[in-house]
Amino acid sequence: MNHVISVLVENKPGVLARVASMFARRAFNIHSLAVGPTADPLFSRITIVIDGPDMEQIIKQLYKLVHTVKVTEMVPGDMVQREVMLLRVSADRTQRGEVLDAAGIFEARAVDVGASTITFEMSDDPERLADFLELMKPYGVVDLAKSGRIALGRDAKSKNGAKPTLRSA
Amino acid sequence: MTETLTGAQALIRALELEGVEVAFGVPGGAILPAYDPILDSPIRHVLARHEQGAGHMASGYAHATGRVGVVIATSGPGATNLVTPLQDAHMDSIPVVAITGQVATGSIGNDAFQEAHTWGISMPCTKHNYLIYHAEEIPDVIREAFHLASTGRPGPVLVDIPKDILAATMEWHRAGKLNLPGYKPSTRGHPRQVASAIDLILEAEQPVIYAGGGIIRAGASAELRRFAEAADLPVVTTLMARGAIPDSHPLALGMPGMHGNYTAVTAMQQSDLLVTIGARFDDRVTGDVASFAPRAKVIHVDVDPAEIGKVRAADVPIVGDAAAVLDQLHEELQGRLKNQPAPDRQAWLATLAAWQEAHPLHYDQDPDGPIQQPYVIEELHRLTGGEAIVVAGVGQHQMWTSQYWGFERPNTWINSGGLGTMGYAVPAAVGAKAGAPDQIVFAIDGDGCFQMTMQELITASTEHIPVKIAVMNNGWFGMVKQWQKLFYDERYSGTELGTDIPDYVKLAEAMGCVGLRADHPDEVAPTLEKALAINDRPVVVEFRCDPDAMVFPMVPAGGSNDDIALGPEDLT
Repeated sequence: MNHVISVLVENKPGVLARVASMFARRAFNIHSLAVGPTADPLFSRITIVIDGPDMEQIIKQLYKLVHTVKVTEMVPGDMVQREVMLLRVSADRTQRGEVLDAAGIFEARAVDVGASTITFEMSDDPERLADFLELMKPYGVVDLAKSGRIALGRDAKSKNGAKPTLRSA
Repeated sequence: MTETLTGAQALIRALELEGVEVAFGVPGGAILPAYDPILDSPIRHVLARHEQGAGHMASGYAHATGRVGVVIATSGPGATNLVTPLQDAHMDSIPVVAITGQVATGSIGNDAFQEAHTWGISMPCTKHNYLIYHAEEIPDVIREAFHLASTGRPGPVLVDIPKDILAATMEWHRAGKLNLPGYKPSTRGHPRQVASAIDLILEAEQPVIYAGGGIIRAGASAELRRFAEAADLPVVTTLMARGAIPDSHPLALGMPGMHGNYTAVTAMQQSDLLVTIGARFDDRVTGDVASFAPRAKVIHVDVDPAEIGKVRAADVPIVGDAAAVLDQLHEELQGRLKNQPAPDRQAWLATLAAWQEAHPLHYDQDPDGPIQQPYVIEELHRLTGGEAIVVAGVGQHQMWTSQYWGFERPNTWINSGGLGTMGYAVPAAVGAKAGAPDQIVFAIDGDGCFQMTMQELITASTEHIPVKIAVMNNGWFGMVKQWQKLFYDERYSGTELGTDIPDYVKLAEAMGCVGLRADHPDEVAPTLEKALAINDRPVVVEFRCDPDAMVFPMVPAGGSNDDIALGPEDLT
């Protein structure tokens, strides 16, 4: 099962290498990893998607890194998570309308159109990205790039009150 | 008034402010600027003959003194030669700070002469590491490096400094407040967990304290002994914890594990409660994990939370410093004993005593020879009254020393446990003696180990560090041969060293040491006496030992501790 962990680290040179090296050394298998600064430039957030199984040990090993400040395992229902996908699909003139219609339903944006392909950008919950990808496969997937997942815990108020206005997750 | 220093001068001053008295090292191009101010510093520099030796010296120094050992090396090969001692110190939680030179910042990444990616190479074999880009950082980084090396779970920290940063000038300032927002090692255990631990200890019928190297690192021997006595708990001491409680103590059971004694191994195996303190359920202790101590509940005290539950689930996890938690446990126990009687351990302690009686450690010294290594170890113990720091390499001689030397004090047993680094003994002994010049430092080494790092005896001679080295010459990589005998159908592939080359006496003399040799059991004691009487030079004593002797008891790798073999006949 995939787990999402959010790691707050000091924004120091090499901190990503330390995290990656520790995962390799302990034979933990990373599914995706995304890193970027937080609102406070002294800290960065690394979002890691990992296939367990021993999450406790993984979290403890992360804490052992001197630059790790906080590790949070995200709870599925209590987080918003997003991934960006760039997807290039075969679509000649005869298929273009059909492909664009389907993309519209998924709110995928066409960012590049060529004679025989269309490239979509889509930012969404990973499951919706997967659904869109499945839908596009019959047309022929030419290329694909994904950003790795990022996540934040839900605001306490939105957890049990009004449903957020976002589409999913 | 501001004072302008070079990065190199700032480095040496920062080391002085950490109280560094001795640094072990080998100079070279990139680290050259740092060597210049050493001449004007009270810090003693011990010139090793190889960086690996310098690293193990720093580790031996740290073992013997409980202080941070310091090693200095140059870039590239100097730094890569430190990988083994750094990983060794990492596995055994030994506080070491390594300073390495690096090529100038403008050359980093260009495959410059003697460039290696030291920061990347050392990352997995250090607790933390640094690459300094500004001379102004030096005071803070050195302060952090010593803090990290010596607190929490100790370990090695490496500081890589490019040559131009060492040469650059900076306005000297003392280190500011530590800025390590993610580093807050726990010291005191959670009171509720401490209470739960005492619940289990009071209920248990067959409890054992499983004492590991963390006791030694935390300086918690007195606390261990007091608590063991108060709760009437027998204690096994792992390879890294020998001396944590005196072997002569009635509650001491000696060493468990692959070559542990029957009682220590079986006490854990049949225990209903393992009071684990500063130990990590190493495979050399547990054997097959699934069948290890199957009935035992586990209390696990460790300063490193990641050790708790890593191998064996803990019923009561306690994160904290061993000394602090033992104090808390003692206090909690005293409170309980006001209202309830102390548990009656008579039956369990009688069982253990009966096992000790029935299955003692055992070897036969034929008076006509050949020399048995345990005999040398016991004679040395007798002649010194056990008052020595004993250092070992890795292999049969190490196991026999751990088994047969009666350890009475902590920090008197120095060996490479986790990494199993052959060649550890000679340089570690040099480092230990540099840190504890008033004590006898006697390395018990194998011939295979000795040949890996013996050149550090040149260091010992030229630096006037009079260590004593017993070379147990059996002509083989003895432990590997033992496995080939037992598990590879006596097919001895790549294990025979030969007995006569090198000539250890001549070799010792060539390195400025006194060389002695004993061929016969009768010569063991007189030769040791001679060695003990020489204190102005290092001494090497070669003992021609039985090439066929094997270490027992033995639990074959991956086997269950239930199947402990007391001799080769038990392995068929």
